Amino acid sequence: MSFLTDLNIVEAGELLRSGEVTAVGLLEAVFDRAHKTEAQLHAFLTLDYGGARAAAEAADDHLAAGIDQGPLQGIPVALKDNMCTRGVETTAASQILAGYQPPYDATVVTRLRDAGAVIVGKTNLDEFAMGSSTENSGYGTSFNPWDISRVPGGSSGGSAAAVAIGSAFTALGSDTGGSIRQPASLSGIVGLKPTYGTVSRYGLIAFASSLDQIGPLSKTVTDAALTLETIWGHDPLDATSYAGPYPDPASGLDLGVSGMKVGVVTELSGEGYEPEVEAAVARMIDQLAKAGAEIVELSLPTFEIALSAYYLIAPAECSANLARFDGIRYGHRAEGATTEALMARTRAEGFGPEVTRRILLGTYALSAGYYDAFYGQAQRVRAAIQEDFARAYESVDVLVSPTSPTVAFKAGDRVDDPLAMYLSDICTIPSNLSGHPAMSVPIGVDAQGLPIGFQVMAPALGESTMFRVAAEVERLAAFAAKPQLAEVVS
Amino acid sequence: MTAYEPVIGIEVHVELSTDSKMFCGCAVTFGEQPNTSICPVCLGLPGALPVPNRKAIEWITEIGLALDCEVSERSVFHRKNYFYADLPKNYQISQYDIPVCHDGHLDVTVDGFTRRIGIERAHMEEDTGKSTHLGDGGRIHSAQSTLLDFNRSGVPLVEIVSKPDIQSAAEARAYAHELRALVAELGVSDARLEEGSIRFDANVSVRPEGNDELGTKIEIKNMNSFRSLERAIDFEIRRQIQVLEAGGELLQETRHWDEGTDVTHSMRTKEGSSDYRYFTEPDLAPMVMDRAWVDEIAARIPELPAQRRARYIAAGLDASLAGVLSDSEPLLRSVFDEALAAGASPKGAANWLTGEVTAHMRRNEDSELSLTGAQLAELIALVEEGTVSSSAAKEVLEGVLTGEGDPAAVAESRDLIQISDTSALEAVVDEVLADNPDAVQSYAAGEKKAVGFLVGQVMTKTQGKADPRIVNALLGARLDR
Repeated sequence: MSFLTDLNIVEAGELLRSGEVTAVGLLEAVFDRAHKTEAQLHAFLTLDYGGARAAAEAADDHLAAGIDQGPLQGIPVALKDNMCTRGVETTAASQILAGYQPPYDATVVTRLRDAGAVIVGKTNLDEFAMGSSTENSGYGTSFNPWDISRVPGGSSGGSAAAVAIGSAFTALGSDTGGSIRQPASLSGIVGLKPTYGTVSRYGLIAFASSLDQIGPLSKTVTDAALTLETIWGHDPLDATSYAGPYPDPASGLDLGVSGMKVGVVTELSGEGYEPEVEAAVARMIDQLAKAGAEIVELSLPTFEIALSAYYLIAPAECSANLARFDGIRYGHRAEGATTEALMARTRAEGFGPEVTRRILLGTYALSAGYYDAFYGQAQRVRAAIQEDFARAYESVDVLVSPTSPTVAFKAGDRVDDPLAMYLSDICTIPSNLSGHPAMSVPIGVDAQGLPIGFQVMAPALGESTMFRVAAEVERLAAFAAKPQLAEVVS
Repeated sequence: MTAYEPVIGIEVHVELSTDSKMFCGCAVTFGEQPNTSICPVCLGLPGALPVPNRKAIEWITEIGLALDCEVSERSVFHRKNYFYADLPKNYQISQYDIPVCHDGHLDVTVDGFTRRIGIERAHMEEDTGKSTHLGDGGRIHSAQSTLLDFNRSGVPLVEIVSKPDIQSAAEARAYAHELRALVAELGVSDARLEEGSIRFDANVSVRPEGNDELGTKIEIKNMNSFRSLERAIDFEIRRQIQVLEAGGELLQETRHWDEGTDVTHSMRTKEGSSDYRYFTEPDLAPMVMDRAWVDEIAARIPELPAQRRARYIAAGLDASLAGVLSDSEPLLRSVFDEALAAGASPKGAANWLTGEVTAHMRRNEDSELSLTGAQLAELIALVEEGTVSSSAAKEVLEGVLTGEGDPAAVAESRDLIQISDTSALEAVVDEVLADNPDAVQSYAAGEKKAVGFLVGQVMTKTQGKADPRIVNALLGARLDR
């Protein structure tokens, strides 16, 4: 039996336009799926029945009136809960923002609404997007539909789980060090971080501003391209927004990889990488070679120190970005005899341990006397990584690697070992430091049936090339496995 | 006893009067209902991002150029981190190592002696909100509660930092005064001390005269007038010398000037005041200043107060009158320039404009002036050639200002033309002498003052129109005969 929730955006769009389904029908299917799975997955922090229903009805009205708003019209979309939605609770999974309703929509939200998309709800994440498992959420962990004893990855774990199970057709996440690609990989879906500056950050609750980038988590490479095209573009409200011209991500989806040069990053393998992940990636590289790509092994030595640089830059920026949560104007407020006591107690009560750890780390790294040794040094490493990438792209079109060194891990396994958790992002972090686009495509499952992701990295604004290779990877992998939980609820 | 010399640097904060705030579209307002000109950006709501105000960058560049600063080709915003309830993001977007402008100077004159004060930098930042502490004296320590108004939050603020070149409280005052005049001239700020749109902090230290090493620097805040700036610095210099003379040690600290008691006292140190953890603002790209744009800005800088004073002095005014005229309304200054072009004497024109004309405008609360430079020149000429007396000239001016016509016509119609015809006055003089034998006798007896009485009598008989110089001459000739 097939379900509406198994459709991809292209298929659903055809049925919407032929009148075989309605946006309300798609939405009901999605909500039905969510009702059946949320108890196990906890993918959502908020489901917005009323708002979604109204948007779906509006989409149906428009379709009936012959107004075509584009590929996302009438499509149920989930949003990571660090993107502001006017009048709908937005917490970034932090207790410090419990009950907070933004007075404005993030630019990506406005763009989705203008495109007729139906926003079903706000998905769970690691508090303020700091983490790789959603276990740092202030509202409880999300679980992986492929094995509900495991995490869906993070920080955009709720979005990944929701799309993987069919509680949304596509979703937005944010990626600061791999927070879209790693959960996409662990949840068996497509996820990508576009070039820094191409998707507006206005209304994205900042973690590390120079690294944060919004992007799609989708069922297919094409769906990811359609979602990306809807949300990206210059935004005058974001001073780091790229003015253009923008590439066409879908332009090369059918072109294949014949004649392309694909670089394999030697640093992203070896110790810490699960053999089955490495084997699957190696198989895909062989397949790409057979499909006509020239494979080049490349060393990017700075990748070895990227993680260390990241864990200075991101906490440093977060220490300032999260300073505004002080209990004065919004969110949680603790009592205090003085303003300072009120602020200190609010923050102590409102932030979870990982957020606190990173604020302390960042504050320390920026302190007088330590700045140059820590933050300054990290910025120099960042520049060196950018140079490494630039050198690599002189000889290859894309770089490839595993997205994550491991498949989805058991909930609780890495909670007490922050370093092990940080290593989850070892393959994804370099692209955040360089600002380049990178994408994860599912290529198979391991012996336990857990998905494995393949990462394609491209130079700045190289989305067309990246999508071209990702589409070929998707064809070659012919990934058809379904999450265990989907079988159960079917 | 050691002789000490003060070393003073001044930090000036200038709120720009742009239409909108530094990083959002909210209107820059003053005196509006609290929290009415606010948005997600200037309230520091989650997810909001700053977008720089081009006009503000233009204006700080203009200020910098007027201070002969270098304009950085590439300039960078930094975050200055500290927690404070009226700082919505708990960091201020400011600048650190690459300000928009640096290395300029401002010439300052005290008692006729001009010195060049170096300008370290002029950088762009955003203002904070405003805290009003309620209960017990309005100070934060003892306040029962605090009200926050974010209308000011995000207003463009230019911080101008002088080099420690200032050597006295009077010079500090002159520097502040000159800088205010310059900013007002550029029209980039309301520059009102009482509204806080221009604010001064001073860094004061003292050292034994001839010593090259700097003493411990004390920052003083809360001076709301030029006078309090001068007094606070004076106090601080004396206090520091006293401490050192008593064998004490000075602590680097921030002190608060208390206007009521005329002393400075130690302020609570702001959290992390010693370490603001500056780092590059990742939400804003570095600004690259287009050379042609900078040149365009430079080309439209108006005549600055110092240049204007120099021009007035060159035209023949003394320094004091040049200063008063230079600080006067632009309207008056343009009449002055026109009057000079029409041949008026500079001193006469300046005296009329800063005296009677200004008084008239104040009396009538006029912001407009119906007086042309040609009319003023004509009025001055009427006095100089004796056609009207200087006292009658005031009445003529009144007539001109109320639209009765040109000075000669007003003098005619108001019957204010001076009688300078000697033969006509001789008759009156003779009549007065005949009528006042007592005064004539007193004069003859050596009471020279009596001539004044007689002049007064002639003036009364001629309804004040007699030329007093001729009357004096005639009386003198007759009495001394």
